[in-house]
Amino acid sequence: MVACRAIGILSRFSAFRILRSRGYICRNFTGSSALLTRTHINYGVKGDVAVVRINSPNSKVNTLSKELHSEFTEVMNEIWASDQIRSAVLISSKPGCFIAGADINMLSACKTLQEVTQLSQEAQRILEKLEKSPKPVVAAINGSCLGGGLEVGVPAALDMMLTGRNIRADRAKKMGLVDQLVEPLGPGLKPPEERTMEYLEEVAITFAKGLADKKISPKRDKGLVETFYFTELTAYAMTIPFVRQQVYKKVEEKVRKQTKGLYPAPLKIIDVVKTGIEQGSDAGYLSESQKFGELIMTKESKALMGLYHGQVLCKKNKFGAPQKDVKHLAILGAGLMGAGIAQVSVDKGLKTILKDATLTGLDRGQQQVFRGLNDKVKKKALTSFERDSIFSNLTGQLDYQGFEKADMVIEAVFEDLSLKHRVLKEVEAVIPDHCIFASNTSALPISEIAAVSKRPEKVIGMHYFSPVDKMQLLEIITTEKTSRDTSASAVAVGLKQGKVIIVVKDGPGFYTTRCLAPMMSEVIRILQEGVDPKKLDSLTTSFGFPVGAATLVDEVGVDVAKHVAEDLGKVFGERFGGGNPELLTQMVSKGFLGRKSGKGFYIYQEGVKRKDLNSDMDSILASLKLPPNSEVSSDEDIQFRLVTRFVNEAVMCLQEGILATPAEGDIGAVFGLGFPPCLGGPFRFVDLYGAQKIVDRLKKYEAAYGKQFTPCQLLADHANSPNKKFYQ
Amino acid sequence: MTLVCGWLLYGWIVAVQTKTKKTLAKPNIRNVVVVDGVRTPFLLSGTSYKDLMPHDLARAALTGLLHRTSVPKEVVDYIIFGTVIQEVKTSNVAREAALGAGFSDKTPAHTVTMACISANQAMTTGVGLIASGQCDVIVAGGVELMSDVPIRHSRKMRKLMLDLNKAKSMGQRLSLISKFRLNFLAPELPAVAEFSTSETMGHSADRLAAAFAVSRLEQDEYALRSHSLAKKAQDEGLLSDIVPFKVPGKDTVTKDNGIRPSSLEQMAKLKPAFIKPYGTVTAANSSFLTDGASAILIMAEEKALAMGYKPKAYLRDFMYVSQDPKDQLLLGPTYATPKVLEKAGLTMNDIDAFEFHEAFSGQILANFKAMDSDWFAENYMGRKTKVGLPPLEKFNNWGGSLSLGHPFGATGCRLVMAAANRLRKEGGQYGLVAACAAGGQGHAMIVEAYPK
Repeated sequence: MVACRAIGILSRFSAFRILRSRGYICRNFTGSSALLTRTHINYGVKGDVAVVRINSPNSKVNTLSKELHSEFTEVMNEIWASDQIRSAVLISSKPGCFIAGADINMLSACKTLQEVTQLSQEAQRILEKLEKSPKPVVAAINGSCLGGGLEVGVPAALDMMLTGRNIRADRAKKMGLVDQLVEPLGPGLKPPEERTMEYLEEVAITFAKGLADKKISPKRDKGLVETFYFTELTAYAMTIPFVRQQVYKKVEEKVRKQTKGLYPAPLKIIDVVKTGIEQGSDAGYLSESQKFGELIMTKESKALMGLYHGQVLCKKNKFGAPQKDVKHLAILGAGLMGAGIAQVSVDKGLKTILKDATLTGLDRGQQQVFRGLNDKVKKKALTSFERDSIFSNLTGQLDYQGFEKADMVIEAVFEDLSLKHRVLKEVEAVIPDHCIFASNTSALPISEIAAVSKRPEKVIGMHYFSPVDKMQLLEIITTEKTSRDTSASAVAVGLKQGKVIIVVKDGPGFYTTRCLAPMMSEVIRILQEGVDPKKLDSLTTSFGFPVGAATLVDEVGVDVAKHVAEDLGKVFGERFGGGNPELLTQMVSKGFLGRKSGKGFYIYQEGVKRKDLNSDMDSILASLKLPPNSEVSSDEDIQFRLVTRFVNEAVMCLQEGILATPAEGDIGAVFGLGFPPCLGGPFRFVDLYGAQKIVDRLKKYEAAYGKQFTPCQLLADHANSPNKKFYQ
Repeated sequence: MTLVCGWLLYGWIVAVQTKTKKTLAKPNIRNVVVVDGVRTPFLLSGTSYKDLMPHDLARAALTGLLHRTSVPKEVVDYIIFGTVIQEVKTSNVAREAALGAGFSDKTPAHTVTMACISANQAMTTGVGLIASGQCDVIVAGGVELMSDVPIRHSRKMRKLMLDLNKAKSMGQRLSLISKFRLNFLAPELPAVAEFSTSETMGHSADRLAAAFAVSRLEQDEYALRSHSLAKKAQDEGLLSDIVPFKVPGKDTVTKDNGIRPSSLEQMAKLKPAFIKPYGTVTAANSSFLTDGASAILIMAEEKALAMGYKPKAYLRDFMYVSQDPKDQLLLGPTYATPKVLEKAGLTMNDIDAFEFHEAFSGQILANFKAMDSDWFAENYMGRKTKVGLPPLEKFNNWGGSLSLGHPFGATGCRLVMAAANRLRKEGGQYGLVAACAAGGQGHAMIVEAYPK
C-alpha cells in the first residue's frame, strides 16, 4: 500500500503530461517504408495514412525524452506538410508499452527549475499542436500508457490526475478516454504479440482513413471525459463560478486529508487546473509548466525518484539465474503468513503444497487463499474460472506426501526455535537433495535455525510481510554458509511472487525487524508517558507513516511484538530499551493480541470500520505510567524520537554490513515498514534532511534518556563531514 | 514386352499413389458399418418447429430412421443421442424420444453432450460398444431445438423459492419474503459465452479470423460458396438423408429453409455481429441458430450382412482433440485432421470427400490457413511440416453448416451421412469428417465407402 502510493505519485506526473494530448496517443511498429531513419521515431506511409512508430532505443519502454520530443516534432511537421498524407496513426514498436511517461533520468538530470519548466513547455507545445492537428491523428495504444485528460477540470479527470490510478482498457473506453478497443489475438501465422500489433495498426489505419474521409465522426467534440461523466446539468453547473469554487474546495479538502499535506503535487495540480479554467488555457499551460518545474525540484520529488530507482534495483536477481527453477513449492504452516505466501505463489502458477498440523488450521489457511482470490473476482481482476484454475495449484494437506518432489520448502510455523528445529529435521528427512529450506521468520537468526541442518548451504531466510498479498517487500537473509545458488533460487521465487527484494546478512532481527524494534520500544515509552494511542497514531501518520504506531502494533500482533522485543532486547541490551516490555506481557496475558484477537490498543469488530480505544488498557497503562520529560515531549519531539531511533539503527545496519547498500535499506524501510515514502527512506532522509540535524536531535534525546539515542559511528561520520552522502 | 511391363508397373504405381491403403479394416477388431442415416429438415429456429419440444424432433428422426431402414425395433441394443442446450424436463432426451418413437422399453438409451460434436460423440460411443463386443446394433443421433431454450429464475430467486418451500411457519415465510428484491426477477439466459473465458463464440471466431488475417471478403466468398453448393445439392435432390416431417398442426416440412444464396454486394452491406464496428464476422458468414434432429443406424458388419443389409459405409479411425479455449477455440479440425490420418495410415491425398463443420466462414478459413502454415505446425502442433490444405473441389460439396444449418447436437450425423452419400454418388473410398466445438475441443473421423 505504501508502494502504491509512492509510485502512484510518480506516475501522476508522467500521466499528467501525456494526458493532455487526450487520447491522441500512439503505439509503435516497425518501419516498412520508413522515409528517414531516426532513433526514437520513424514513420511510413500506407496509402494516404502516415504510420508513426515510437521506439525508444535500448529500452523496454518508451519514455518522453528530449530526443523523442524533437524527433516527434520533426515527424509531425513533415506529416502536416505533406500533400500525400491525409491522416496519421501513432503506434509504439514495443509490445505492451505505448509511452511509459516522462523519462525520470531526464528529469533528474535537470539542475534548475527553469530547465524543467522549459522541458515541460516543449512537451506542451507539441501536444497542443497535436490537439489542433488539421489532419486526423489516431493513437493505437497497446499496453501501458500513462496519461490522462486535464483540460476541463472535471472531477473525474482530477481523480485520475491526483492519484495516478491505473485504468484498465475497458474502463478507459467507458470513460471515453479511448474510442475503440482491440482485443489481443491468439496464435495465427505469426507470434501473437506481433500479429496483434499489426492488427491494431490495420484497425487504426481504417479509422484514420474513415476520419479523413469523414465517414467516421470523432464524436468527441465535447472533450472526452466531459461527455461521459457530465450530464448536461453538471456541465452547466460547472459554468457557475460559485459551484466551481465549491468543487475546488471539496477536492482540496479531500486531497489534504489523504496526503496530510506531505505530498505537494496534488495540490499544485488543483492549482493548475483552477488556473486553466478561470484564466484560460494559455495561463493554465504556463502555470502547469512552472509548477511542474517547481515540483521536480522538491525534496519529495527527489525522495520518490530515489525510491523508483531503488525499486528497479530490487527487482533484479543479482545472483543470476538459479541452476534449477523452482516449480514445486511446499509451505509449512497455514497461518496468516503461510497462506499469504501460498496465495502469491499459486497465482503465479507455482504448484504449492500448504501443510499444517491441524485440519482447523489448514481450513482457515485455504479459506484465506480462496478469499484473497475471490476478492479479485469481485473486483473483476480475475474471472471465476481463472480463480478456480489458480486455486487448483494449491494442495492442502496434513502430512508430508509429495514433499519428495518439492524444490523449495518455506516454513512459516510459530516463532519458536525448538519448533523450527523440529520441522527442519522432519522436512529434511523427506525432501530431495536439491530442495531449499527457507525460513519465514521475522527475528530468529537463520544460522541458529540452520544449526541442526544436514545441509546448511541450502538454508536461507525469506522474511515476508503481512499481509503478504499486499506488502511488496521480501527480505532475504543469507548466512555465511548459504550457497550462492540457494540465494539465486530464493530471489527468483520472490521475484516470481512479485516481490521487491532486499538481501541482507544474518543477524538478530536482520534489517527490518531490527530497525523497527527500537522504534517500537520508544512507542511503548511514549504510551507509558501518557500519550494516548489515538494521538500517537495521528502524530505518526502526519509524519508520513501510512499506519499509526499504535495501530501498527495491533496489526503486527502484540504477541509477536513481545517476542521480538524480548529476543532482540536480550541481544542488544540497553540500546533497545526505553519502554517497559511489561506492557506487552500484560497485554498478552489479558488476550489483547491486536486485530487478530479483536482487542489490542483498539477494539476490532467484524464489519465495523470505526476504531474505538480498548478501555481495558487504561489500567495497564496506568500501572506502568512514567512521568513525561517536558523537554522532549512536544509533538515534533515525539515524532523525531521515533524516527531518529529508526534511522540510527538503520545506519548501524549498514555500518555493520547487515545491509549491502543504502538503497536496499531505503526500499526495505519504505516497502516493508511503511517508513514515510515522501522522505524516501532512512538513508535518503539523512541525505536530504542533513546528518548533522539528525545527530543534534539524537544528542538532545540522549541527554534526556541515555544510550538508546547515542548516534552510531557512521551517522556521526556523516555529520562531521557534510560532503559525505549515502547517495552521491 | 518391356513396354507392356512398364505400363503395368506404371498402373500399379498410380494405384498405390491414389490409395495408400486398400481398406482400413484392422485384424481382430469388428468392422462397424453405417446402414443408413436420416435427419429432419434443418430449419431456422423460430420457424415451423418453434412450438415443439426437443424430444419431438428427435422422435421424428427416429421414426424416419425406422421407416427408411425397416429395422425391427427389438434388434436395437442401445440408443445414444447428443444434445447441447438441454430441456430440463427431458434431460435424457434419447430415452424420451425412443419411448415415443415406439422402441422397446427394454432398449436402454442415454444422452451425451460435447457441444457441437455431441452427435459425433454419440456415434463414436456406439462404435466403441460394437467394437468391444458389447452391442451389435446401435442407433445414434442428435437433436437441438434453439426455438426454445430454458430461461431460469436468478439464483437469488431460486434460493428464495427453495427456502420458502422449507419454511415451516408463517413467520419464517414472511421473513423470507421480506428479503425479496425486484432484481431477483431478472431472468438468467442459457450461456451464450464460453464458460471458462466468458467470450462468445462469434467474438472468438472474429479474433481467430484476425489472427490468421482472413479478410471480410474471403469470408463472404466462402459463405456464398456454401449457400450456392447447398442450393445446387438441394435442387438436384442430393440431400437424400432428409426425411419429411409432418409437424403437428402445421404442414409437412420437406426441406431445409436456411439455404439462401445471396450476392457479395448484399453480404458486404451487413454490419459486424460481434466485434463492432470493425470486426469481420457477420450474420451472413456465420452459421445460424437451427432446429433439427438426426439419427443413424450403425451395426457390426457381420450383423448387418446377416440381416440382409447393404451398408453404406464403414466408420473407421476417429480422434478427439482439445486445445486452448480462448485463442484456439475453433481450431479443432486443424489439430484432429493430421492425427486421424496418421492413425489410419492415410494421407490428405487419399481423401475423396471432406465434410467439415462450418461454424463460421472465418473459422473454416482460419483452419485452412493454419493447415497450410509450416510456422503454425512447428510452433503450435509440434510438427515439422504443415498439415496441408484439403482441396476445395472435394470440400463440403453439398453445402455445410453455414447454409444447411447447424442444430448443435445433430450436426455430427449429418456430416457422416454427407460423407457416406457423397462417396457413393461421386465415387471414391475415403471421407474425412471434422468439426470444432465449444470448450476448444475438436473431432475427426474417417468414413470408408462400403464396397458396392
